[in-house]
Amino acid sequence: MSAGFPGWSALSPVVRMAAIIVVLLVVATITVRLLRRRSARPGFAELAARVRSWWIMAAVFFAAIAVDQRLSLVFFGLLSFWALKEYVTLLPTRRADHRALLWSFLAVPVQYYWAAIQWYGMFIIFIPVYMFLLLPLQLMLIGLTSGFVASAAQIQWGLMAFVFGLSHLGYLLTMPAVAGSPANGRSLVLFVVFVTEMSDVLQYVWGKLVGRHKILPTVSPHKTWEGFLGGIATTALLSLAVRFLTPFSLAETLGVTLLVTVLGFCGGGVMSAVKRDFRVKDFGALIPGHGGMLDRVDSLCYAAPVFFHYVRYFHYH
Amino acid sequence: MSATSTTTSLRHLAQAAFALLFLRPFLKLFIGLRVYGREHLPERDPFILVANHSSHLDTAALLDLFPIARLRRIRPCAAADYFERTRTISFLSRTLFNVLPIHRTGIQAEDHPLRRMRQALERGESLLLFPEGTRGRGREMAPFKPGVACLAEQLPHVPIVPAYLINMGRALPKGEFLPVPFFCEVRIGAPLRLSGSRAEMLGAVRAAVEALRDRGRPS
Repeated sequence: MSAGFPGWSALSPVVRMAAIIVVLLVVATITVRLLRRRSARPGFAELAARVRSWWIMAAVFFAAIAVDQRLSLVFFGLLSFWALKEYVTLLPTRRADHRALLWSFLAVPVQYYWAAIQWYGMFIIFIPVYMFLLLPLQLMLIGLTSGFVASAAQIQWGLMAFVFGLSHLGYLLTMPAVAGSPANGRSLVLFVVFVTEMSDVLQYVWGKLVGRHKILPTVSPHKTWEGFLGGIATTALLSLAVRFLTPFSLAETLGVTLLVTVLGFCGGGVMSAVKRDFRVKDFGALIPGHGGMLDRVDSLCYAAPVFFHYVRYFHYH
Repeated sequence: MSATSTTTSLRHLAQAAFALLFLRPFLKLFIGLRVYGREHLPERDPFILVANHSSHLDTAALLDLFPIARLRRIRPCAAADYFERTRTISFLSRTLFNVLPIHRTGIQAEDHPLRRMRQALERGESLLLFPEGTRGRGREMAPFKPGVACLAEQLPHVPIVPAYLINMGRALPKGEFLPVPFFCEVRIGAPLRLSGSRAEMLGAVRAAVEALRDRGRPS
């Protein structure tokens, strides 16, 4: 991809990445338009809507990432806030959980503040230790013991998945340049988000085209082995085109992409199980336009923390 | 301009500013309020909007349904013994929410709650009414007070519009001060045509609210 354009490598990684995304979206838009011209299948109208929202999501994401680091952290904080909000709305909460829930929402800005001041030690223990201790204490003080364990566990789980997990993107963003490489925290966030989301999209496309054998029949009946393998393979190829965002060698890029895509798949599967438990049909009744933030960031909840710890261990020491 | 009308204009201005700068952004961005069946709202006042009641957010959410300029004609009926318990609370609820105080206890003839409501409707003001008479918990609704049926009988031309509010009591339950951002929803049903005895009319109003609760979003 880089060879064809003189001066390509002189551009900043963020600008190069923006150009690649625009090219991909233009290709997707033209493809969908051609498909719709040939057939009026309702599935294609939905596909067109999806591509259209990808344009918007990509624009918002780049605006949030490219302008200012504080703005980026606020953006990721809002993702966590929104995902947590969708999650607790579905939870069968008790009246007695009100204050514990309030604390869990207040934990969102605090967690992103640790990222902003780069206090790694606090960032990494705040939710797993302090919120873990605080929430049951608050529930205990309210004094209603029936349903206590369920409430403590459910609220903590939401905090871990949607606040702790996603906030790793925020912390990653604040990381400095990797020694001996053009990569920095921002470019690494672009890499992991691009690979995770492309893998979601490509698994969907492959599954639609040639999907036969169900991979998670009871949890996610539309996911297939063909989609899973095809999606990962094509994402791996694409990841080579964005290697300039990373300090990875060619082989390492493939390895990391494999790790991120498999984790993304796991995240999607786990969140599907959560939604199925809540009976996702009801979920749609509350939030129009199908699903919400949760559906878009489910894979990242798994991919982001592990990717973060991988680069922190192997490239920041 | 007389002193009274100046005060009134100032009051409406304060309500408009409060709605635009605080209440509406708060409901939109923090609570994520969604409205279904907005087309059922009458374009003309007066009418009576009847809803279930589980939170202080209910009134805010219902006021959110109307354009700012119309708020001066929208009167949330509020318990006087609660909303007039101190001068400050009374002043704030009158100024920021344009409430119509209703006496639940110690009713005297010249200050009968129904009389106040009827006068407001006759002036062309619309009422937001919670016939349960108080905030309840969760899905279970308390028995409806007969007032709405009496008004329907006395003023048969005033449309009665049913509404159901979802998750407000989870976001801000009775006895809590700070809200938790649950997604909340307002469902509005078609205006009712009531006939029969008071008991039958009251039953029809309740059935309409329950239908919004049980049958999902209005199309």
